[in-house]
Amino acid sequence: MKAKFIIPLILFLVLVGFLAVGLNRDPHEVPSPLINKSAPAFELPQLADPKQSFTPASMKGQVWILNVWASWCVACREEHPILVELSKAHVAPIIGLDYKDKRDEAMALLASQGSPYLLAVSDANGRVGIDYGVYGVPETYVIDKNGIIRFKQIGPVTMELLNQKIYPLISELNKS
Amino acid sequence: MKRFLLILLVLFSAAGTLNKAFGEEATPLADDPVVEQRLISISEEMRCLVCQNESLAGSRSDLANDLRQEIRTLIKEGKSDEQIRTFMVERYGDFVLYRPPVKPITWLLWIGPFLILLLGIAGLLIYLRRRNNEMVRTDLSAKDNQQIDALLKANEKESSHD
Repeated sequence: MKAKFIIPLILFLVLVGFLAVGLNRDPHEVPSPLINKSAPAFELPQLADPKQSFTPASMKGQVWILNVWASWCVACREEHPILVELSKAHVAPIIGLDYKDKRDEAMALLASQGSPYLLAVSDANGRVGIDYGVYGVPETYVIDKNGIIRFKQIGPVTMELLNQKIYPLISELNKS
Repeated sequence: MKRFLLILLVLFSAAGTLNKAFGEEATPLADDPVVEQRLISISEEMRCLVCQNESLAGSRSDLANDLRQEIRTLIKEGKSDEQIRTFMVERYGDFVLYRPPVKPITWLLWIGPFLILLLGIAGLLIYLRRRNNEMVRTDLSAKDNQQIDALLKANEKESSHD
């Protein structure tokens, strides 16, 4: 009657397996439905010069990065030096989407910490953020030459993520 | 003491009339109750992405506020409930819906419990059949029957003595 002990043991191990996988997942990482879809169009005033506007269409033909940030966002400060590092690597231009922020505070932050952005635009009422499915700032999108979102990071970009995912992805997208 | 109570009474009633004088009727939060009703029925079925255990209708997070406002605008634009749901799913994924849609990736989720039930029933049937087979039928001999009768009788006598 070994089965009497083996069957519950197997059931228990299966349960432990499911829990081990399930509990190690981050429930805040929701798979984005925008992956492999066109980056939503928008037209927003530039942070540095609100008279000038920016549209994602102007980035066609190059791989670029859209980074959603705000001066009130604590995790963004943590991420900031890594973005500066990324911008120094000159692999892809970074556009900053300043999400629901005050212009002067955002400008002050960029002035004191250095700006990793080719340019930043301000999404004062967060309407563009909704189109991009933003729910936890910072968020980072890698967009290919045809304007298609290839990767989305929710939460701060880390050095590890840059090396393991973002750099390889950008060089792969640049080849095509 | 009586005078004290009287003063208290006068004070309270004065406060009451004051309240009436200065109190204002609460203004409704939204201008259109029909829109608001639809907003509630849609957003109750949606998850707030910032505080995931709350519905979009109940959450007080900033994003939930914005999204409710967005839904309000969509309702006023004459969009159907289905179109609004699609709008949300296109941006935030099926995760915003409390009722996951039936599609290949969610088949296991929908059918899983019934599969487990079927497995359980099958297991039970197999177990019962096996137990039935294991039980050996023993035929009693005439001598066994006599012995049983004797024991039963003895037992009956004993209990009638009590």
